[in-house]
Amino acid sequence: MDIIQWFVAPLQHEFMVKAILVSALVGIVCSALSCYMTLKGWALMGDAVSHAVMPGVVIAYILNIPLAIGAFAFGVGSVIAIGFVKATTRIKEDTVIGLVFTGFFALGLVLISKVKSEIDLTHILFGNVLGISNDDIIQTVIISVITLGTLAVLRKDLILFCFDSTHARSIGLNTTFLYYVLLSLLSLTAVAGLQTVGIILVVAMLVTPGATAYLLSDNFDHMTLIAMASGVFSSVMGTYVSYHIDGSTGGCIVVVQTLLFIIAMIFAPKHGLLAQSAKN
Amino acid sequence: MSEISIDIENVTVAYHGKVALQSASLQLEAGTICGLIGMNGAGKSTLFKAIMGFVKPTNGRILINRLPIRQVQKKNLVAYVPQSEEVDWNFPVNVHDVVMMGRYGYMNLLRIPKARDKSIVQESLERVEMWQMQDRQIGELSGGQKKRTFFARALAQESTVLLLDEPFAGVDIKTEKMMINLLMELRQKGYTILISTHDLASIKTFCDKVVLINRTILAYGNTADVFTEENLSRTFGGSIGDLSLAKSFLTQEERRN
Repeated sequence: MDIIQWFVAPLQHEFMVKAILVSALVGIVCSALSCYMTLKGWALMGDAVSHAVMPGVVIAYILNIPLAIGAFAFGVGSVIAIGFVKATTRIKEDTVIGLVFTGFFALGLVLISKVKSEIDLTHILFGNVLGISNDDIIQTVIISVITLGTLAVLRKDLILFCFDSTHARSIGLNTTFLYYVLLSLLSLTAVAGLQTVGIILVVAMLVTPGATAYLLSDNFDHMTLIAMASGVFSSVMGTYVSYHIDGSTGGCIVVVQTLLFIIAMIFAPKHGLLAQSAKN
Repeated sequence: MSEISIDIENVTVAYHGKVALQSASLQLEAGTICGLIGMNGAGKSTLFKAIMGFVKPTNGRILINRLPIRQVQKKNLVAYVPQSEEVDWNFPVNVHDVVMMGRYGYMNLLRIPKARDKSIVQESLERVEMWQMQDRQIGELSGGQKKRTFFARALAQESTVLLLDEPFAGVDIKTEKMMINLLMELRQKGYTILISTHDLASIKTFCDKVVLINRTILAYGNTADVFTEENLSRTFGGSIGDLSLAKSFLTQEERRN
């Protein structure tokens, strides 16, 4: 009875229904993409892009255009900037990534501080899914449809690109195109994730479910399904927990994701710590 | 006389102004197995990349079956078998998935295999005796099985030009024999096979031609004419270890003869 009440009570508030549905959708979309991020080794890139979209979001606010457009421009722009600095100087890639994304992020902070009255910095940094507007919900749905649709159509090409880009090129696939497709999806989902967990924690949505699933499966399709299931579960449970403990929603979602990862790390049937030590 | 399959004329490749390959020329006929010999950094992988169209020569031209590289890629004319170090063996794909990737160039946008693709994948896996292992995740395979999987992918690609990068490194005798037999079969069918290898001992047994490379193509031609101590010392000139290895191998050969 208490457990049923625990799940039902929050649903009497419209904002909670919205928050749960939006978080679940964002969980699915980010998790689907997280499989590619994990396998391609793009965690740092995900962190960079999600921070670099900040000035784009602020400028979009000022110009009154959809946030996704501003974020997209700056997300892709930051990667082009990273590529340019890397190619033209002697500085190593991880340094360049660290340098570029903090530069963009700092620019975003300055912009926000100058237009403070209109934008709440904490909402951008830590998310505000409990107070999400209908416009933002529509935007999240559009981003989700674009991302899931693209992944569905290009799934096999993107897997091959992550696995063996040399072979992909040698059979005539346009690997530059695939690179920018992944990157664009990363920028778009960063905006979706920003609504729920905020800029700081977006990278967790884009990495943790994929990493959890990677420990549980040796098959890409199974991995994707497990990632998406763990993403939805974390989003919904995290939102519920945050309601009951009156804590940060984004924080709760990512804590649940991390707990799932730790469980997988210990108990995964083949790649878990217990299975590994049993083998030795 | 067979038709020229790999036609490289006066090709120079430079990265960031540094020349990796200088004025290289090479003509190989269809139906040839050719060994590519050189030290690390001598330009072997640059030559492979140029043939696959990954680097644009600053000078010269490359034709495969008389076609320029863009059309070569579209028509799936060149297949590449990578070194084991280049592959992410923890990637969640199985043996069958990898070989099916050899067919992507023939499929529609969604890469849905047709009956023909499936039968070619099966045939390719059977030829390298990996059909029974098709469901294994690639990390669970032995060194030889890993090589055979990627060799099967190249077979499934149905490309008539094969580039093999160190195909015999870390493989068992059974795999090496099986691959050499398959390569000889493919030569009969008119395939052109270019093998980069450190394994000088195996060159004489199955390579018709040899290319010696050190920043440029030093010599190429029939194995008997080109595979000489003088040429090898030019190839390995800077590297005493490799040179003495080559020399000791040659003296062994002479003793045996």
